[in-house]
Amino acid sequence: MPDLLIELFSEEIPARMQARAREDLKRLITDGLVEAGLTYASAGAFSTPRRLALSVEGLTAASPTTREERKGPRIDAPEAALEGFLRSTGLTRDQLEARDDKKGQVWFATITRPGRPAAQIVAEVLEATIRNFPWPKSMRWGSGSLRWVRPLHSILCILTDESGASVVPLEVDGLVSGNMTRGHRFMAPDSFAVTDFDDYAAKLRRAKVMLDAEERADHIRSQAETLAFARGWQIVPDESLLAEVAGLVEWPVPLMGVIEDRFLSLPPEVLQTSMKEHQKFFSALNPATGRIEGFVTVANIETPDDGATILSGNQRVLAARLSDAAFFWENDLREAKAGMTAWAEGLGAVTFHNKLGSQADRVARIAALAREIAPLVGADATQAERAARLAKLDLRSSMVGEFPELQGTMGRYYALEAGEPAAVADAVRDHYKPLGPSDAVPTAPVSVAVALADKIDTLTGFWAIDEKPTGSKDPYALRRAALGVIRLVLSGKVRASLTGIFKRGSRGHQVEDAGDDLLAFLHDRLKVHLREQGIRHDIIDAVLAQEGNDDLVRVVARATALNAMLATDDGKNLTQGLKRAGNILAQAEAQDGVEYSLGADPKFAETDAERALFVALDHADPAIRAAMEAEDYPAAMTAIAALRAPIDAFFEAVQVNSDNQILRRNRLNLLSRIREAGRQIADFTRIEG
Amino acid sequence: MTSPNRPRSFQEVILRLQDYWAQQGCAVLQPYDMEVGAGTFHPATTLRALGSRPWAAAYVQPSRRPTDGRYGENPNRLQHYYQYQVIIKPSPPDLQDLYLGSLRAIGLDPMIHDMRFVEDDWESPTLGAWGLGWEVWCDGMEVSQFTYFQQVGGHDCKPVSGELTYGLERLAMYVLGVEHVMDMPFNDPDAPIPLSYGDIFRQTEQEYSRWNFDQADTEMLFQHFKDAEAECARILEAAETDSAGRRIPMAHPAYDQAIKASHIFNLLDARGVISVTERQAYIGRVRALAKGCADLFLTTDAAGART
Repeated sequence: MPDLLIELFSEEIPARMQARAREDLKRLITDGLVEAGLTYASAGAFSTPRRLALSVEGLTAASPTTREERKGPRIDAPEAALEGFLRSTGLTRDQLEARDDKKGQVWFATITRPGRPAAQIVAEVLEATIRNFPWPKSMRWGSGSLRWVRPLHSILCILTDESGASVVPLEVDGLVSGNMTRGHRFMAPDSFAVTDFDDYAAKLRRAKVMLDAEERADHIRSQAETLAFARGWQIVPDESLLAEVAGLVEWPVPLMGVIEDRFLSLPPEVLQTSMKEHQKFFSALNPATGRIEGFVTVANIETPDDGATILSGNQRVLAARLSDAAFFWENDLREAKAGMTAWAEGLGAVTFHNKLGSQADRVARIAALAREIAPLVGADATQAERAARLAKLDLRSSMVGEFPELQGTMGRYYALEAGEPAAVADAVRDHYKPLGPSDAVPTAPVSVAVALADKIDTLTGFWAIDEKPTGSKDPYALRRAALGVIRLVLSGKVRASLTGIFKRGSRGHQVEDAGDDLLAFLHDRLKVHLREQGIRHDIIDAVLAQEGNDDLVRVVARATALNAMLATDDGKNLTQGLKRAGNILAQAEAQDGVEYSLGADPKFAETDAERALFVALDHADPAIRAAMEAEDYPAAMTAIAALRAPIDAFFEAVQVNSDNQILRRNRLNLLSRIREAGRQIADFTRIEG
Repeated sequence: MTSPNRPRSFQEVILRLQDYWAQQGCAVLQPYDMEVGAGTFHPATTLRALGSRPWAAAYVQPSRRPTDGRYGENPNRLQHYYQYQVIIKPSPPDLQDLYLGSLRAIGLDPMIHDMRFVEDDWESPTLGAWGLGWEVWCDGMEVSQFTYFQQVGGHDCKPVSGELTYGLERLAMYVLGVEHVMDMPFNDPDAPIPLSYGDIFRQTEQEYSRWNFDQADTEMLFQHFKDAEAECARILEAAETDSAGRRIPMAHPAYDQAIKASHIFNLLDARGVISVTERQAYIGRVRALAKGCADLFLTTDAAGART
């Protein structure tokens, strides 16, 4: 059983592409080998900035011989048909066999494909993989036509068994495979031969290359923590930065530095963002002061001066960056203290969307809307309007110009500096939230009001100019805005008619309303949201078909109660009963051209089961109505579930379509009472199963 | 920065780069004699990256970015600065090593510094050009842009050129250990008349910052833009043969007008008279000119066209 080792050695692969590239290499090669008839025991893929590697263990030495039988034309078919068959099978006439078939004698061919050695298959699969590799972006270089993420320099491909290692020969655009690789660019640049994966990994380590990205990340994490611990500090965890940095180095050497005192008054978010975005530094927090006071940079080399030159260089670059940040911060604070009027004017010059006016226009709309939403969420209307007017001002600040991801965060600092109350400043910070399905939802009333107004203005605006998301295209992130509205409404238990709020939002865009279409869009997002929480889409549909479906809190409460009831035996059987009643009624109504909806009279009841159903309905009807009015949905479910036994008994004992027309009409009218009882709760016809 | 081999002045950094790339076989060209935003605009890069003829050139290019003016006060930002540009076609397989050699030549020893190639794809919307490559970091500072050109003027680059761009002031400040660009020695500090970068450029930075931001006559500039655009189009449409019947397409004179339009656009941008929506339209107009020039250049001898 040979083992396979592949390494594709190139110029620096972008860090963000490495994880995916490892997976793609493993998938493409192993799928290709299996498709060609080989099997293997295990496979593992690795990456560094300069190499992608794959180790496949326990590969079969050759693919098996295969036989395929194929049926051809009849013996008396025209010559041309037979020739075509011979061409397609690659056989001669004397290799065919005539056999009896239903329609007479027919030619049969047996095609034998001999097994092929693993090396031959590996060479083909690897070449195809290199030529068709799914890089997000690839390039050509020099005079060649091969595409790779960056220039590809060498291909290592060896098969190793008991008799030793042998190179799998292949050539791709002038690159000839071999058994050689190189170590670290500066610390061990010479090339060397390897014999198998263990030899490869060990020699790389001696040549200052840690092959496994996971190991590099672990090393960085633990070294950084050790360095921080020595000063009594903590590293601020950042997994995405860790993964990126692990993809930038072959031999990680974390170094710790101190932030100069003159920068410590900068907001921690600014320090952290600047260090992460520009320098790819980890932030170190001093728990004693609660401030970010240090950083860890990860070098790719061990130097004779233990990184002193590297660290001092990084300190200098950081100082230059933070000087810029401090300059922005001081300018911005001055403007904030002065009331931010210049920023407010500036928003008039910024186009939000050419059909939706400037940012200033948008702020005016959001402020008006926030004022109207405020009482619905228990917020002070004046504060909500004030927060909305301030919410976008930081977009004009120097700091947000430099670090757009700090929008809102900076706005809160500036609002506080301008003397605004904390509730207003917090709303400025939090009004963009929630940014995604896992982002926290604001709960402070003023924040909720502004966050809702912001999103509803966006939704009604793009609906007004007919720029709705289509398929995978959602350039204005309207699905996210809709989910944001849903999560804000549900988590804040905001009891309001969305249709009404949409109407108010639409008025800001000079249109009557967004129509049912926007509500339907919200309902679609709600279905996705609830499905993730385990509520079936048909249950949601059954509830959405009811009146009052623009009150999402009610919709969800009903759906949750219905979902719980339908999980019980009573619930399942009741649904069957309700559906059966509905179907019989629908048929009769279609046939008779009338609607059976009133006048069921117990005096025409013939059987006990019929009479019992009358009693049960008389009992359940008011109970359901009362529970629904009190919004006690579990109680309503209990009340309707009590109908299960009487309905079952009724269908068991009674033939609805009696020859006696009086009896038949009375029974149909009785069924309509069942239908009405169900309709109070949900549209059961939409429940599946 | 303890290297005994380190340069003593801004000009010595430039001289060493010139010397190094001359030794690697590049034609050491002089700056292009027009106002450009970056070394890439030099026809030695933009046009020569097109077509099949091999090419290797290195040069200093004074570059102007009117919006970056800070009246000479910012330690790192200038509206007029220098780029060092290297362009080799086809890109040699050891271009990374050649590049690292140039850093050694100016005193940056990769055995004590941390040199990194960090993904940075390059795109010039005004030139209709893009390429893949990196920004090169030395101890966390970006010292160069390294790009394999894939397209210029909308045409695939075949063969591919390798382009290196060094921001000279920033690189030299790092090598020389200077914190503010104006404090950087321009010539040798022990020369009889030592001159700092500020001695030469502080006043001009102030003057141009004022003109760029407050004074440039925008109506005149709008007119100049239209003129350059019209002249470029006229040159591109001119008959390929002259009155004596010689075939002389005028790709370079047309491209000069495209460069002019691009710079005027930058000036108008600095004056703040171009709105966000108009901005895209202006960029598109310059790109159309650059594309026309690239199309024409590809029909010429310098592009390897058989005429």
